[in-house]
Amino acid sequence: MEYSATEMMTVAAARALKDDDVCFVGIGLPSAACNLARLTHAPNLTLIYESGTIGARPDVLPLSIGDGELCATALTTVSVPEMFRYWLQGGRISVGFLGGAQVDRFGNINSTVIGPYDRPKVRLPGAGGATEIATQCEQIFIIMRHSPRAFVPRVDFITSLGHGTGGDDRRRHGVGTLGPTLVVTDLCVMRPDPETKELTVVSLHEGVTREQVIEQTGWPVRFAAELERTPPPTATELDALRELQARTARAHARPEARDGGR
Amino acid sequence: MVAFLSLREAVAELIHDGDTVAMEGFTHLIPFAAGHEVIRQGKRDLTLVRMTPDLIYDQMIGMGCARKLVFSWGGNPGVGSLHRLRDAVERGWPVPLALEEHSHAAMANAYAAGASGLPCAIFRGYQGTDLTQVNPNIRFIECPFTGERLAAVPAIRPDVAVIHAQRADRQGNVLIEGIVGVQKEAVLAARRSLVTVEEIVDDLRVPSPNAVVLPHWTITAIAEVPGGAWPSYAHGYYTRDNAFYTAWDGIARDRDTFLAWMREHVLDAPHRPAVARPVGA
Repeated sequence: MEYSATEMMTVAAARALKDDDVCFVGIGLPSAACNLARLTHAPNLTLIYESGTIGARPDVLPLSIGDGELCATALTTVSVPEMFRYWLQGGRISVGFLGGAQVDRFGNINSTVIGPYDRPKVRLPGAGGATEIATQCEQIFIIMRHSPRAFVPRVDFITSLGHGTGGDDRRRHGVGTLGPTLVVTDLCVMRPDPETKELTVVSLHEGVTREQVIEQTGWPVRFAAELERTPPPTATELDALRELQARTARAHARPEARDGGR
Repeated sequence: MVAFLSLREAVAELIHDGDTVAMEGFTHLIPFAAGHEVIRQGKRDLTLVRMTPDLIYDQMIGMGCARKLVFSWGGNPGVGSLHRLRDAVERGWPVPLALEEHSHAAMANAYAAGASGLPCAIFRGYQGTDLTQVNPNIRFIECPFTGERLAAVPAIRPDVAVIHAQRADRQGNVLIEGIVGVQKEAVLAARRSLVTVEEIVDDLRVPSPNAVVLPHWTITAIAEVPGGAWPSYAHGYYTRDNAFYTAWDGIARDRDTFLAWMREHVLDAPHRPAVARPVGA
């Protein structure tokens, strides 16, 4: 079956989630991956969105973090202060799934600003929940499209702490969680080196060369000694993803009673 | 005593130039109609507080109502940038906009602290982020019991909180359901509060003893504005107009297109929602 690089990325990211994970879901690429996991190998995966919805089982992907679909399908919906205090800060989340505009070689994420803060070249949306998601979930998965502008030696602004300056820098900030353990792109899978914490390519997607990854990464990227090949998407994974995307496109084309309207 | 007012009267009486105004609703129940009335009345120099500025503040900022924005995520959800917000930050159009930028956890805690009558919120957060370099209102304290370093931000105490809710009864008690966000905290933290509702009813139809109900004596004014959350949504009444959120990207990208839209749908369309009651209403 033919498939796109974005489909490969989404499938590879979905595979990383386990059936018993409790996952704090970012909007966009993370949300697609998390719901694909739930619709394939991890039917009991608990999805939590920062709008307060716990155990959401959306039939279509939400456009926003607070679409009615999330609340209508959730086990329960709590207030936003409760979400951030009891559930995130309380240490109840096993995986935080984030995207961003820039990530650096130590997995720090920028979603705030390109260029200087006071004279921005591009003003990005900002932190949202990401700053505390990054430090309070047991571990962090990152999903981003590969490009030299996105994968930079040092982010312009640290919105969300990854491994800081590398090594045990996270500990020096008083953070005891694992931080980014996985980065999935449209070209490859990266993991931090166990010692230095520098993001290292551990698996190339089918048809991708080392040279492509080097070209699209803003630092002299390292490869694992035993470099793997990401298994291509299965027919089951692709069907589930495409049906999800098609349902989503139909639903977002017009407003429709999807929120449990009476 | 809660006052039942028209939207025009309520905005005129409660919101003044220079006020700190929190118009809340986390993606859901965003008080758009009230925001449009603020624009029509030409309010100026507002400090706008909102976790997610969303289209409502993009519109108010683009129309020159604000001098400062306190926020934690300023995008068009699932679509991209808020172009009017960016134009104000990057080029000072139509007026310069000061930013006080936080994370969601900080804002949520700061609202809860405001509702609790505390001067500040204390929580575990802001470790290793550059936000601490650009926002002097992010500070750290030491836990007196464990010595842990914790983040502190000032409580949010707006002059006015504005929210949209499903319904109020004739006494002025208000029911909110679905994604309830920080609206309860925003109302309880504010000196004055304005609630727009889909309908005013004899029986509030409280669905459970644990439902989110704001007693009438916590609210300053109520205005009945059906469709008042469009293009966001009101759980149980109408759904989020995701197609409009997507279309807004094109409308707001260009100053003239933006101004033409605002003229047609807000300035020249007084005292009613910008668009007829949405599908599914």
